[in-house]
Amino acid sequence: MRAVFFGTALVSVLAVLLICLFLFGNGLPALFKIGPGRFLLGQEWSPADVPPLFGILPMIAGSVYVTATALVLGTPVGLLTAVFLARVCPPRLYRLLKPGVDLLAGIPSVVYGFFGMAAIVPHFRSSILSAGILLGIMILPTMTAIAESALRSVPPQYYEGALALGAGHYRAVFRVILPAARSGVLAAVVLGLGRAVGETMAVIMVAGNQARMPGSIFEGVRTMTANIVLEMGYAAELHREALIATGVVLFVFILLINLCFSALNRRKN
Amino acid sequence: MNMKKNLPARRRKNSAAAATEICLAALTWAAALLSAGVLLYLIGFILSRGLPYLKPSLFSLRYNSTNVSLLPALISTVYMTLLSLALALPLGIGAAIYLAEYARRGHRGVLLIRLAAETLAGIPSIVYGLFGMLFFVTWLGWGYSLLAGACTLAVMILPLLLRASEEALLAVPDAYREGALALGAGKLRTVWRIVLPAAVPGVLAGVILAVGRVVGETAALIYTAGTVARIPVDVFSSARTLSVHMYALSREGLHTNEAYATAVVLLAAVTGLNALAASVAGRLRRES
Repeated sequence: MRAVFFGTALVSVLAVLLICLFLFGNGLPALFKIGPGRFLLGQEWSPADVPPLFGILPMIAGSVYVTATALVLGTPVGLLTAVFLARVCPPRLYRLLKPGVDLLAGIPSVVYGFFGMAAIVPHFRSSILSAGILLGIMILPTMTAIAESALRSVPPQYYEGALALGAGHYRAVFRVILPAARSGVLAAVVLGLGRAVGETMAVIMVAGNQARMPGSIFEGVRTMTANIVLEMGYAAELHREALIATGVVLFVFILLINLCFSALNRRKN
Repeated sequence: MNMKKNLPARRRKNSAAAATEICLAALTWAAALLSAGVLLYLIGFILSRGLPYLKPSLFSLRYNSTNVSLLPALISTVYMTLLSLALALPLGIGAAIYLAEYARRGHRGVLLIRLAAETLAGIPSIVYGLFGMLFFVTWLGWGYSLLAGACTLAVMILPLLLRASEEALLAVPDAYREGALALGAGKLRTVWRIVLPAAVPGVLAGVILAVGRVVGETAALIYTAGTVARIPVDVFSSARTLSVHMYALSREGLHTNEAYATAVVLLAAVTGLNALAASVAGRLRRES
């Protein structure tokens, strides 16, 4: 029986290998056919031109800008909410707020996208800012949950020691507990970063999706994820392979972010 | 004499410390209020726009462009959830049993399995969608189908189930295992009859989370299960789940009100699942 259980455990490994094999196998040939430089650094994406141009720099920039905006807006609120939940919140309020944050994490991304389309886009148009605000909201519960458990795992002696030295409650929390939970909090931010880079449906509905280099955060932009979903439906041949290659670039980004996340987690333990 | 001289300085320092306290308190409360406010606003917004359009015609057996029925999508969602769970749950529990009961800690194979599970957990759904399209839809030739979608989602929820099951198994006290072994049960019998039943609530909590992921998924399904709005007749027919249905409606841009109504149904499903998970977790905590 041991072998059977071992076999089921190996399925995860097999899945990762298959994902790598099929993504790289289908994406890399196109990447080399187009030329890595022209693909990764090309600023023109016009698959319908003769000859077609497949430069995904605008999409890479789009993903980076949108993610950065989301982190700038979401991180402070998420981490402060985590501090609130872990060290400030009265127990009766906690019983309401904690399920609320969990619910925020469970809401499907299309529902977020729809909300963004109707409630955010009218104010800021379809732009990097709109996408950033929406993604900031979406990554907030993930960051809050991880950061909260990191803050809770700090030994109580730290807090008591700080109080004994004359610090007030909040000073003790922000100057002693928060730095002690540093790597857990950082892991929370990195996880939020991964979520934001990989988010697709909500971003498509608010970012505008223009495949050109954005000039400011009030302009529309297309992320790598959006590029794949928007054009995969009708793409063929090299165009289709170029979209898969976009997926490969996204996958490599995510693998790097995951590596950071596991390294931070390992340091925490 | 010396103390008196320092007094104003110390008082200033104290008041500065008090001001910092108040500032930090205001900041944390403001952030918490903002989070709660965003949640309430979002739910209120969806409910106020969607509830008035939650009409009986939305639940007709057949979808057409006048009734925009969501019932076929709802049924497809149930099928999709059951099928992906049926595929992923045995694998997740089996892997968890291996990791928690059989494997030696720190063994190289174990580290590899853990690394793989961690990697899977971090992959975004659109990458799963691409993989599902390339492998299940094209390479295995299943086409846009319920089965291809469910297999893709099964890979996606596998790490979640594995982790929840493993934690549940590890939380079972060793006394249970020792007692069973002392009474003459073998290893497998101990795991199957004693440890696993004790871990069921924890596994269940993982299952509920996984159901939530499946119900909310869109990007991994568009190019694996397709977007046909009919009740699927077998596992090889294309099927759109509720989330995909909502995305399709928003793309067409014609049936915004019905899309809001679909959002209400989705929101209700997610809230129900979360409440269920919370009650299971609450029972777990009371028992331990």
